[in-house]
Parts: sequence; C-alpha cells; structure tokens
Amino acid sequence: MTRMLEGVDRRALVLLAILLAALIAAPALANDYLITVLILILYFAYTGQAWNIMMGFAGQLSLGHAIYVGLGAYTSAALFVHFGLAPWLGLLAAVPVAMACGAVIGFLAFRFRVAGVYFAILTIAFAEFARIGFDHFRWVGAAAGLFLPVAQYVSSDLWTLRGRPIMFYYLILTMTAAAFVLCHLLLRSRLGYFWQAIREDEEAARALGIDTFRYKMIAVVISAGLTSLAGVFFAFYYNNLFPEQVFHISRSIELILGPIIGGVGTLFGPILGAFLLTGLAESLTEVLGFVGVEVPGAKQVFYGICLLFVIMLVPDGVWPWLARALRLDGKRS
Amino acid sequence: MPAEIYLNVAVGGALTGLVYGLMALGLSVIFGVVRVVNFAHGEMMTIAMYIAIVLFAAFKLDPFLMMLPIAAVLFAFGYLLQMGVINPFISRPEHSQFILLVAVALIIVNVLLIMFGPDARSVQTGYSFDSFAVGALIVDATKVYAGTAAVVAAAALFAFFRFTRLGQAIRACADNYAGALVVGLDVHRLYALTFGIGAACVGAAGAMLVVLMDVTPASGPAYTLLAFVIVITGGLGSMPGALIGGVLIGLTEALAGLLFTPSAKSMFAFAILVIVLLFRPQGIVGKRAA
Repeated sequence: MTRMLEGVDRRALVLLAILLAALIAAPALANDYLITVLILILYFAYTGQAWNIMMGFAGQLSLGHAIYVGLGAYTSAALFVHFGLAPWLGLLAAVPVAMACGAVIGFLAFRFRVAGVYFAILTIAFAEFARIGFDHFRWVGAAAGLFLPVAQYVSSDLWTLRGRPIMFYYLILTMTAAAFVLCHLLLRSRLGYFWQAIREDEEAARALGIDTFRYKMIAVVISAGLTSLAGVFFAFYYNNLFPEQVFHISRSIELILGPIIGGVGTLFGPILGAFLLTGLAESLTEVLGFVGVEVPGAKQVFYGICLLFVIMLVPDGVWPWLARALRLDGKRS
Repeated sequence: MPAEIYLNVAVGGALTGLVYGLMALGLSVIFGVVRVVNFAHGEMMTIAMYIAIVLFAAFKLDPFLMMLPIAAVLFAFGYLLQMGVINPFISRPEHSQFILLVAVALIIVNVLLIMFGPDARSVQTGYSFDSFAVGALIVDATKVYAGTAAVVAAAALFAFFRFTRLGQAIRACADNYAGALVVGLDVHRLYALTFGIGAACVGAAGAMLVVLMDVTPASGPAYTLLAFVIVITGGLGSMPGALIGGVLIGLTEALAGLLFTPSAKSMFAFAILVIVLLFRPQGIVGKRAA
C-alpha cells in the first residue's frame, strides 16, 4: 500500500478521495436521469482508461477499439442467451476472445512493421471487418440484433446482472476505480517504463535492449482485455446489441475522444475527459431543449464546435493544463 | 447467370472506381504533402454532392457541367480550413490531428443534416437511363461520362504537379519541409493550396458521383473509409496508385455485390486493405517509405 502511494502528490490523493466519496454517495442525491448520465460518464472513463494503456502509455494509436467492446459484448451476451451462462462466467470466454483478437491484430501489425497512421487504419479495417461479419452472423442475430431477456426491475440479481440502474452504477464505478489503480500500478512498473520508452522513441528503446515487439503486444492484449469487460457491461446494461451500433467507427471515435480531450497518457485524463464530454453533450441537450431548438443535428454541431475549440486551445488535453494551473504537476500523474 | 452480366457489372464497377479514385487522389495529395490524414474527406465530398443537388434542383444545372465550379467552391473550403484550422496542427501528434478533423467531420455531417434532412437525395438527369452498347457489353452512359471525367481531372492534376512552378514548389515542400523553408517557400500557403487542391478533387468527384448514387448526410464517414482503403491499396502519396486502387476497389465491390450479398461488399474492400497493409504496405504502385 505504501509503495503504491509513494510519490503521489497528497493534494491529488485528497482530490481523488473526494471524487470517489462523491461518486459513492451520488445515488443518494441523484435522480434516475442523473444516474444514467453518471453511468455513461464512468463507462467512457473506464474505456478511455483501457484505450489509454495502448495509446497513452505505449504510443500505439488504435482507432478501432469498438472491436474489443463488441467482442466482449457479443461473446458474453450470446453465451447468456443461448446457454444461460451468467456474465461472470461469460467474461471468462469474452475476455480471452478479445485478447486473442488484440494479439492477432498486434502480431500482424508489429511483425509486418505497420506503424503510425497505417496502424491506426489497420485497426479501423479490423473493426469494420467485424461489423460487417457480425451483420451476417446468424447465431448472434446478424443485422436484426441480439436481445437479452429483460427482467422485472424489482430486485437486482448481481450474478446474472439483471436489475436496476443503481446496480450497474456501482458496478461501473468499481470497474473504473479498479482500472485507475491498475493503470497507476502499470505506469510505475518496469513494464510501464518500457512502454513509455517505446512511446517516446521506439528506435532508442530497441537500442537499449527493450524487446519492443513483446511489450507492444502486452499493451494491446491488456488494453483489449480491459476494453472487452466494458463490452460485457454494455451488453447487460443495454440488453440489445446491433453490429451497426456496437462495431461502428463512431463507437471507436467516441471512446477515444475522452482520453484525448482529457490528456493522453495521464491517469486523470480519461476520467476528466469523460466528465467534460458527456457533461457537455447532456447540458447541450438540456440547453437546446430549454431554448426550444429541436432540430436534429443541432446538438452535434455545437458539440463539434466545442471539440474543435478545446483541441485548438489545449492541444495536449485539459488535464495537463489544469494540473499546471493547480500546481499538481510536481509529480506527474 | 450469363457471362455478359459479369462483364457489364465489372466494367460499371471499374468506371465508378475511377470516380472513387479521383476522390482518393485528393486524400493522397493532402497526405503526401501536408502529412495530415484528412478524416473529414468523405464528409467534404458529401458537401459537393449536396451542392450539385441544389444546383440541379433549383436551376437545372447539369452536375457534369457544374464539376469545375463545385471543385472551385471546395477548393476555397479546403484552403480556408487548412489556413485557419489545420496549419497550427501540422507538427502535432496524429491523435490531435485526428480529433481536429473528426470535429470538422462531425460539424459537416450535422450541418448537412440540419439543412437537408436525413433522407437520401439524388439527381435524375435526362440521360440517367441511357446506355452504350458495344457488342454484348452494355454500360450506363452516366458511368462512362463520370469515369472519363475522372481520368481527365486526374491527368490535369498530374500535369499541374509535373509541369507548373507552383506544382513543383508543392512537391518540394512534400520532399523536404526544412529545405523548402530554407529556399524561402511560403510553406503554410502552399499547404493551404494543397489542401484546397485535394478538396477540389473530392468536389469534382462528388459532382460526378451524385449522378451515380444517392447521398445522405450520414454517407460521409463511409466515403472517408473508402478513400483510406483505396489510397492505401494504391499506395499513399502515389497519384496513379489512387486511380488504380479506385478501379480495383470499384471492381471488387461491384463483383462482390453480384456474387455475394450487396451488404457484404465492403468486407472485401477491407480484406484487400488488410492484405495490402501486411504484405505490401507501400501499396500496389507506391515506393517504400521509411
């Protein structure tokens, strides 16, 4: 425990403790609508953290992370629908499937020296491939979708994940907190330093004797595995899966907006980004509804403009800027 | 099925592919010089398609005749976009550029949605159902016109880069950024010109494509992906490569749509992309980059 906290700014810890306490206490004060918004925020904070391992830590830009969400979601949901297997058992299949997929993509890309923009486009290609493939995959409902039986929302069954939003809220909060701690530990491990060396200069890292292929593979596999857990959550929370939604490129994009806006490679970035972007989207809905603008697309235009301004004003993300302003960057998180 | 059907579909697909190729050429030129991947490329083409639709609906102006004016409008759009928004980002990491252009794409898609609604639009010209018959081969007239126009536009662009001073200056920027600065080229302005030229390519391609297929505001992202597939297949930065890649992907999609189900056709395009990336990352005609 002490080793874990070593070198962490005390004020950052206080900030974290307050945030966690507020999130734990939130359901007591929040209405159902706010709970669903918070679930969405935490979902993006979690997936952003998982993506950040690959991009922020190891410097490999993936634009196709929807494939891991989708594989996790479809594997666990199909096992539940066809064999009644609880998600906690289903994830034992879902996570390895996503990890194997990540390993295949990583192996092909890194063995054949596909890097940079080409790597990013390769990840999009695999995700699109999966989207069209699942569109024709009859066993999981193809384009017509896969539906989970919806239970009566009187009691919550944690084992089969059938229940009320509050259960999903605490589940995703636990996942996000665990991912945060895991990323913190990874970043300070030997592995984390290897990743950062590769991110900064791959040639130099190789010259120092780091097996770059191996450590990039580990980054992809861990990131894919963690992301697939979000997929399992997604399936049981939303209860319906369509390839056109789950694997669509816009899913991959919205998943990475948070960490990039928040600050790539930082631990707080994905969380802050998720709060900012989801908060922005929801408040735009509110404001536009209040003013009486009900044109479809208006919200997205404002959202796009805000995105444009944020990335132009703070290109490194909001957290590094905020940390400097709050003088929390003495010890970079 | 009689063999002629395959031939007809293949020729039609190849001609459509030339238009795809012109669109991808724009992406290739932008990436080759500015080194920015234009994630709003397909969305820019849908702007051109809607301009063509409005001009046709309001003034009965033929999209093929409007090709140059529409290309000019898109040129201005691209020039201003590069000058105002993208130039500060040219030395930024790829993920920052990505978000920037994703934001631009998001704005384009939804402004079009507000202006035109979600329904598919198209242009029906007087010659939309004409066709040419050469022996057993029957090809739509529109596809022949569009394919020819795409080749002419690509040839003009090729000549521009090869023979004009401006084209040579732009190629100098692409070959050696620091060197171009040293000899006193205004690199930012040349980048803006390049982005404008790339946008003009999609403008012209959009004006042709609107005669061949429907457009909705949401079709932008699919065209962006299509342009990526073509450009990487042909070789990023290679001008003939973009056209060859376009024809190959056009052919593949047309034949896959005929032999399998039309909904699975882009799967084959992505399969080609993956194979090319792994075994010939420089593309079919591209030179191996560093």
